[in-house]
Amino acid sequence: MLTKARIVWIGLFALLALFPLVVTTPTWTSIIMFALMYMAITTSWNMFSGYSGYVALGAACFFGTGAYTAALLAKHWNVPASGDLFWLIPLGGILAMAVALPIGLIALRVRRHTFVVITIAIFFVFQLSAINASFTGGTSGLQLPFLPWGFQDFNVPFYYLAFAMVVVATLLSAWVRQTRFGLQLMAIRDDEDRALGLGVRVWAVKLSGFVMSAFIIGCAGALYAIYQGQIYPQFVFNPLFDISVALMAFLGGFGTLAGPLLGAFVLETLQLWLTENYSSGSLYLIIFGALFLLVIIFMPQGVVVYVKDRVTKREDRERSMIADNEAQIAGAAQ
Amino acid sequence: MSFLLEAKGISRAFGGVQALNDCSLNVEKGSIAGLIGPNGSGKTTLFNVITGYVRPDQGTVNFAGEDVTNARPDEIFSKGVGRTFQLTRIFARMSVLENMLVATQRDESWLKGLTRSMSSASEVDAAMDMLEFVGIAKLAQLQAGSLSYGQRKLLELAYVLIANPDVILLDEPAGGVNLTLINEIASKIRLLNKEQKKTFLIVEHNMEFVMNLCDSVTVMNQGHTLMSGTPAEVRADKRVLDAYLGGGEEEEN
Repeated sequence: MLTKARIVWIGLFALLALFPLVVTTPTWTSIIMFALMYMAITTSWNMFSGYSGYVALGAACFFGTGAYTAALLAKHWNVPASGDLFWLIPLGGILAMAVALPIGLIALRVRRHTFVVITIAIFFVFQLSAINASFTGGTSGLQLPFLPWGFQDFNVPFYYLAFAMVVVATLLSAWVRQTRFGLQLMAIRDDEDRALGLGVRVWAVKLSGFVMSAFIIGCAGALYAIYQGQIYPQFVFNPLFDISVALMAFLGGFGTLAGPLLGAFVLETLQLWLTENYSSGSLYLIIFGALFLLVIIFMPQGVVVYVKDRVTKREDRERSMIADNEAQIAGAAQ
Repeated sequence: MSFLLEAKGISRAFGGVQALNDCSLNVEKGSIAGLIGPNGSGKTTLFNVITGYVRPDQGTVNFAGEDVTNARPDEIFSKGVGRTFQLTRIFARMSVLENMLVATQRDESWLKGLTRSMSSASEVDAAMDMLEFVGIAKLAQLQAGSLSYGQRKLLELAYVLIANPDVILLDEPAGGVNLTLINEIASKIRLLNKEQKKTFLIVEHNMEFVMNLCDSVTVMNQGHTLMSGTPAEVRADKRVLDAYLGGGEEEEN
């Protein structure tokens, strides 16, 4: 069914799909390609963390696993420097899910702040392993086959792969939202013990959500590795990556469908543009910090929810309906 | 006689505090049973043991002839024991209707949840009927967190009822709500008991509420069950008075 909202969604996605046909400057296709990558990652992260309220700061574990999967498999299987490399992307996603399972088994035993801390701790285990293990190439990282494509069109296949990831992540996230499973994740967010007492298998629901969300993040890691041609442990297992993903989701609207897409698009584009134009790399950090403070203070639920509530005047409407109902109950009893 | 719900010799300590000490409680099928006692006498802990939130150190819980002593809360709910909480617990950022839907399928496997839609038309109908029954159907689309305290109580009652449990444990259904709503809730409970033969176990401080509603009452004091009987028997029992008004026994010592 073509509702108004769906037309807007399709329109925006069409704009993104047409972008590299209109703007062919490699600088810009690269910037938007990265924005798309973060949109897919943040949406996928939000599909578990946003819906269930379990703020995981370990997305880089999956991203790095995906990147190293692509690099190591390309090396061991002698994948030629061609489009064949792209077949490694789903494998990166699958490996990320495989590492998500034990991480989930450990971290999902605890809640809230403890959960956040445990995911950070696990992240550092991954980073240190990548730096110190021999098969990962240590601090000098790993090289991937160099793609001998022209400079002008180099970004385009990567752009469309990232775009496809956004589409898949968004559809998956939208689908989860309207299943019974998604309902149960949101019930866990609001009150896990109450959900348990209403028959929700919280353990199974949390674990499967956590593992599912790792897939796209792992795919994005593999895409990143193939694009860069060289990966370093400190960049693919980067604590700033974990924080960025969470910031993007919170800024746009934690637990909503559009929020993470908006947050990731705005922040990543802004960051790359600022780095491009004002080469001092830390300017964006100052701007982000200020922006984040403003959003948390004035619209703690994120931009999307804030705007929606203002437009629909949710609070006024609710207040009057609730008062009516109170009066009705009192009247019926007399 | 066999009982629908039977707790036998339940003991539970938290650190050095013996919260429950050899408690026994029986609920007859189709009855409304009350559980009363002074603050801190262990009523809610006993509820938590029965519904699987707290494991007992000793004792057994039987439901419909089956031992459910160490089952998890979700398993116990699936078997047909629903409960509400003393401080109402609802899913604040979900709509009232979504709150109802969480409880609709009490014995569905979690894997099925991945492939099925949030609700079927018949589930929505049933949920709306139940909301109509408790009187908040018009609020179905609102965020549950914006409801008043009394409306939350009604919502919690409604979503426990929709799963159609065999026995319903209510933890202070009349606590903190106005008199009109207390009468409203009492009449709903009576109606459900009479027409659908639902079994209830109710913790409550409001004596009038308990005495008017319950077929049998169990009294707890300082972690153990003092006595059980009809409301009239309980009212006449000297030990119950002592427990509530401050121990005569202690003065004798």
